[in-house]
Amino acid sequence: MRVPLSWLGEFVDLEPGTTPEAVHAALVSVGLEEEEIHRFELTGPIVVGEVLEFVGEAQTNGKTINWCQVRVAADGDLAADGGPAIHGIVCGAHNFVVGDKVVVTLPGAVLPGPFPIAARSTYGHVSDGMIASAKELGLGDESAGILVLGDLGLDPEVGTDAISLLGLDDSAVEINVTPDRGYAFSIRGVAREYAHATGATFRDPALAVTATPSTEVFPVSIDDVAPIRGRIGASVFVTRVVRGVDPTRPSPAWLIARLKLAGIRSISLIVDITNYVMIELGQPIHGYDLDKLTGGITVRRATAGEKLVTLDDVTRTLNAEDLLITDESGPIGLAGVMGGATTEIGAETTNVLIEAANFDPVSIARTARRHKLPSEASRRFERGVDPEVAAVAAARVVQLLEELAGGVADGLGSLHDATPERAPIDLPTGFVSGLIGLDYTREEVRTSLAEIGASMTETADGLAVIAPSWRPDLTDKWTLAEEVARIVGYDRIPSVLPVAPPGRGLTRTQQLKRQVATVLAATGHTEVLAYPFVAEKANNLFGDPVSSTVPQIKVANPLDGEAPFMRTSMLPGLLQIAHRNLSRGATDLAIFELGSVFRPVEGVSYGSTVVPPAAVRPSAELEATLNAGIPPQPFTAGIVLLGNTVRHQPGQAAIAASWQDALTAVAQIGLAVGLPILVRQGAHQAMHPGRTAELFVATDAGELSVGFAGELLPAVARGADLPAVVAVVELNLTAVFAQVTGELQATVIGTKPAATQDLSLVVDAQVPASDVLAAVREGSGTLLESIELVDDYRGTGIEPGQKSLTFALRFRAPDRTLTAKEASDAKLAGVELAAARHGAHLRE
Amino acid sequence: MSAPTEITEPAVAAAVDAALAAIDAATDSAALKAVRSAHVGEASPLAALNALMRSVPGDQKAAAGKLVGQARARVNQALSAREAAIVEAEATAQLAAEAVDVTAAASTWRAGARHPLTLLQERVSDVFVGMGWEVAEGPELESEWFNFDALNFDEDHPARAMQDTFFIDPPEAHLVLRTHTSPVQLRALLGTEPPVYRIAPGRVYRTDELDATHTPVFHQIEGIAVDKGLTMAHLRGTLDHFVKALFGDEAKVRLRPNYFPFTEPSAELDLWHPTFKDGARWIEWGGCGMVNANVLRSAGLDPDVYSGFAFGVGVERALMFRNDVKDMHDMVEGDVRFSQQYGMAV
Repeated sequence: MRVPLSWLGEFVDLEPGTTPEAVHAALVSVGLEEEEIHRFELTGPIVVGEVLEFVGEAQTNGKTINWCQVRVAADGDLAADGGPAIHGIVCGAHNFVVGDKVVVTLPGAVLPGPFPIAARSTYGHVSDGMIASAKELGLGDESAGILVLGDLGLDPEVGTDAISLLGLDDSAVEINVTPDRGYAFSIRGVAREYAHATGATFRDPALAVTATPSTEVFPVSIDDVAPIRGRIGASVFVTRVVRGVDPTRPSPAWLIARLKLAGIRSISLIVDITNYVMIELGQPIHGYDLDKLTGGITVRRATAGEKLVTLDDVTRTLNAEDLLITDESGPIGLAGVMGGATTEIGAETTNVLIEAANFDPVSIARTARRHKLPSEASRRFERGVDPEVAAVAAARVVQLLEELAGGVADGLGSLHDATPERAPIDLPTGFVSGLIGLDYTREEVRTSLAEIGASMTETADGLAVIAPSWRPDLTDKWTLAEEVARIVGYDRIPSVLPVAPPGRGLTRTQQLKRQVATVLAATGHTEVLAYPFVAEKANNLFGDPVSSTVPQIKVANPLDGEAPFMRTSMLPGLLQIAHRNLSRGATDLAIFELGSVFRPVEGVSYGSTVVPPAAVRPSAELEATLNAGIPPQPFTAGIVLLGNTVRHQPGQAAIAASWQDALTAVAQIGLAVGLPILVRQGAHQAMHPGRTAELFVATDAGELSVGFAGELLPAVARGADLPAVVAVVELNLTAVFAQVTGELQATVIGTKPAATQDLSLVVDAQVPASDVLAAVREGSGTLLESIELVDDYRGTGIEPGQKSLTFALRFRAPDRTLTAKEASDAKLAGVELAAARHGAHLRE
Repeated sequence: MSAPTEITEPAVAAAVDAALAAIDAATDSAALKAVRSAHVGEASPLAALNALMRSVPGDQKAAAGKLVGQARARVNQALSAREAAIVEAEATAQLAAEAVDVTAAASTWRAGARHPLTLLQERVSDVFVGMGWEVAEGPELESEWFNFDALNFDEDHPARAMQDTFFIDPPEAHLVLRTHTSPVQLRALLGTEPPVYRIAPGRVYRTDELDATHTPVFHQIEGIAVDKGLTMAHLRGTLDHFVKALFGDEAKVRLRPNYFPFTEPSAELDLWHPTFKDGARWIEWGGCGMVNANVLRSAGLDPDVYSGFAFGVGVERALMFRNDVKDMHDMVEGDVRFSQQYGMAV
C-alpha cells in the first residue's frame, strides 16, 4: 500500500515538514512494516509557459520540429532560471496551438531519470529548456505529445511553479500490509494507524460523506445457491446511478498525481474516480456503462464451463464456485475480481452505474487464485473490507462524479445489506495483563480499545467488546489483548526470563549426529549443504544397488531450473558440489553432508486425503494416520573424495584418494558413534564392481545393510564431469544410530605378559581377508586378545590364484603368564577353523 | 712398544704417559675404543706391568701395587672423561645433523571444516539447552495439517498463499516441504504434557529463486514454551537472554506489532548490535508472539489453562549480519573455501 502524504494529511494532522521517513517510523511502531518511499524525483525550475508562436521546420531526417517562442515569465520579469521572460525552445510534438499553456522545464531543472535540462544546440537553434510531456514529468506511462494544461482543465498564470501546480512535490510511503489488516489498504485505515502511533487527531473520511438514500430502486437480486463454507457471496450490494457525465473531461492534475504516487495509472476520469475512492476508503468500486446493461443485476454463482470475457479481453472459463455479476445478457463481471468487457466504461460513457459491494473473502480469494487474477479489488476483499463503508464509498463516487465530471446523481439505486451483527467479545478483567505480563490499568484497556474504534459495555467480570466494522480480524480476547499491547506500546512490555524445568540435555541421537560431523571434519572432510532436489535418473542410479527404478517423491511445483524430485541419495548433490569446486580449481576434495534423504517405500501411497480440522486435537488414530502418511526420511551421511588425500610435498609423495579413504571415513564414523560398521565385499550399479564395500551393522535380527563405500564406476564419475577415481560413502545414520543402545559392558584389561605370534595362511585369492581373520579369531578362543592383518602376498612361492595372508596375533591370559605352547596351541586352533571354513593352510 | 719386564717408576710413567697421550689424541668413539684396547686391554703395557706383580717380592708388593694401581686409575679416569666428552660431542653433532626446516613440514592430513550454518544451529541449541530447554526435531517433508491447519493457517487465508509452498505430487495427498520449523511446535505439544520448553533448528523450504538474499532451501530455529502463566514478558526475557548469549551483552531486542497466524499477539523481532557491519542498527530477524489459542487447541490444550510463546529466526540471515556474509550463494554452493574459513567453530 502506497500512501501519498498530502492525502494522508487530509484525515490526520501531519506536523508541517513531516518527512516520509518520519511517517514510516511512526507506522512501523504500530505494526505496518516499511517498504519504499516514492517521489516524483524532479527539481525545478519547472514553470507554466504560454506558447506565443511557433514555426514548423522540416528536417533532413524527415521529421518536422517546431521552433517555439514560449513566455515563461510576465513581461519585464526574469524567468525562474534567471533568463529572459520569453524562451526559444525546440519541440518535436505537434499537439498544441498558439496560446496553449504548457509545462516548461527551464535550464537547471532535473527530470526523473535523472535527466538534467540545459540550454543546448539542436536543429540549428539554441533550445533554452524543454516543453515536457506527462511521461517526462513522471505522471504517466505514455504520452501522445506534450502536456497541454488546458487538457487538464487548468489555466494558470504564466510563470507559476508547475511542480506544486501538478502535485509533483508530494511523496508517498509504501507499507507492507499484513494479511489480517485489510483496512490498512486505505488512506482511511493508515491515517487511523498514524493517529494511534502519534496521538495526532484522526478525521474519519467515512463520516465526511452522507449517503443519500435512493428514491427509485435499481433491481438487484442476490441469488447465492452455493455459499462457500456457509458464507453468502455478497453480504452488501450498493448501486447508484449517475447520469450526464462529460466523457471529455480530463482527470485533474492532483488526482492523477495522487493515483500515480499510489501506484495506479490514470485511465479516464470515471475510472480514476472509482480507483481514487477505493484507495481513500478501501472499498473496491466497479463502474458499469449503464447504457450497455441489459435489465437489472443478479449476483449468482457461475455454472461450470460458463464463459466471460474480462476487461483484459481474456475469455475466462468459469468454475461453479466463481461468484458472478450478471444482467439479462449473462455474466458481466467476476465479482470482486475483474469486470467484464461488455459493460466496460469507455470513451463515450455518460451514464454510470456504480457498484460498491462486500464480497465473501474466501470466495474472492479462491476465484482470484483460480484465474490467476490478483487485483487491487481482490487483494482488499481477501483481507476483509469494512461492510459499513460500501454505501459511503458509493456516495463519495457520486459526489466526485458530480464535482469533477459534470454528472448528476439519479434517484436510481439500491441498498442490500445482509451483514450479520457483530457478536460481543468477552474480555475478562485482568486478562490482558495476565497474557502480556504488564499491569495495564482499566483505563488503558478501555482507552486503547476505544481508540481503535471498538465499543464496549461493562459486564460482571470485565468488558463486552464490539469490534469496529473494519476489523474482522478481532475475533477473541487474544486479538483484543494484542490491540491493547500495541496501542500502549510493545516497548512497555518488561523482560522476565522464565525458568524452564530441568532439561535432559541433547538426546543420544542428537549427540551422535554432532559427533559424526565433528569426527568427519576433524579427519579432513569439509561439510557442505546441497539442495535436496535431484533428477529422476540420478535418483534411480544412486537410490538402489540394483533396481533401475526407485520410488521417489516429486515436487508438484518445482522452481525453474531445479530438478523436481527429492533426493533418494546424498551423492548426486555432493557430486554436483564436487564438480563446482573442481571447476573453481580445487582438485583435491573431501566433502561430506549429513541430512535427510527421502525414501518412499514401493507400493505405499503416502499422504492423507483427509486433513483434520484446525483447532481440535486429532484422534490418536487420525494422528497416527497423518504420521504414517509421511514418507521415511532417514538421516544420512554422504561423503565424496577425489584427487589426493595427501598432496605432494618436500619428502612426501602424493597419496591419491581411493576406496580405502572411503572405508577409513566409515571406520571414523564407527568410532564417533561407538559401534563397529562391518565391511563386506559389495556391489552397486553406480559403483566400481571390484572396489565397492557394502556396510552393515549387527542387530538382534542379524546384520543390517546400512550403506555403501568405495569408488564410483569410472563412467559414472566421468558422467558427473569428475576424474575417473571418485571415492564415495553413503551411510544411513538413522539405521546406525538405532543400534547404538544400552551401555557398553567393559572387559577386564589384562596386565599379565602378552605372547605375540605371527601367522601366515595361504587361501584362495577370492576369500575375503575379513572372513579368514574372523575364523582365526573365533578358533583361537578367549586367549586371543587381538589380531591384525599385516600382509597380503601373492607371487613367487604361492600358487597362482592363491594368496598368503599374514596376521599379527597377541595372546594374553587374565591370570597367568602364557607359555609359548599355550599360545601356539590357541593359534593352531584358529588355523584349524580357517582351514575348515576357507581351505586355508599354513604357509611353508 | 716393547713389553716392560720389571715394575719400575719410569716404566709405569712411560706406560701412563703413552696412554694419556693416546687418549688425548682420540676424537671419536671408534678411536677411543682402539686406545682403550691398546692401553688398558689385555695386551697393553699396563696389563703387562700388572701381570708382573706376581713376581714382585713380598716386601715390595705394597709399593709396586700402589704404583701400578694409581697408574691404571689415572688412565681409566682419563678414558672415562674422554668418553663422556666424545659422547656429548657426537650427540650434539647428530642433533645438528638432524635439524629440519619446521616451516616446510609435509602434512599427511587434510584440513576439514564444519559448515557455519550447522555450527550456528548447534550454538543456538546449546544456549537453550543451558537454560533447561530440550532440542526437538521433525520431518522436512510434512503433512499439510502440521504445517498449516494446526498452526491456524486457514485454507483460504491469504497468509497461507503467502507462504510460497512447495507441494508434493499429488496435491490431494496434502504433503508439503515444510515452510517453517513451526510444525515442530505441534509435534512437541502432541508428544508431551506441558511444561514444554523446546528449541527446534532445521531445514525449511520456500519457492524463492536463489539470489543474493534468498534461497529456496534455508534454515530456521524455532522456539516454543508452553506452561501455566507464561506471558509476553517471558517471551521478551527469553529473547533478551538468547541474543546476549549469542551476540554479546550489548545486543538488544525490539518487538514490533506484526501478524502471524500461529501467534496472537504477534511481534516482529528486531535485533540491535553496536558492532554489526554497517554500524549499530536494528535488523529484522524473525517473528514471535504468544502461541495462538487455536494452536493450543490443535494440541488438545485448553488456552484458558495454558499459555505459551514461540519465536522463529533465520539462520542464514544471522550468519549474514553476524559474520558479514554478503551473498547467499556462498552458503548454498558448497565451495569448500567458504566452510574452511570457519574451521570447526562459528
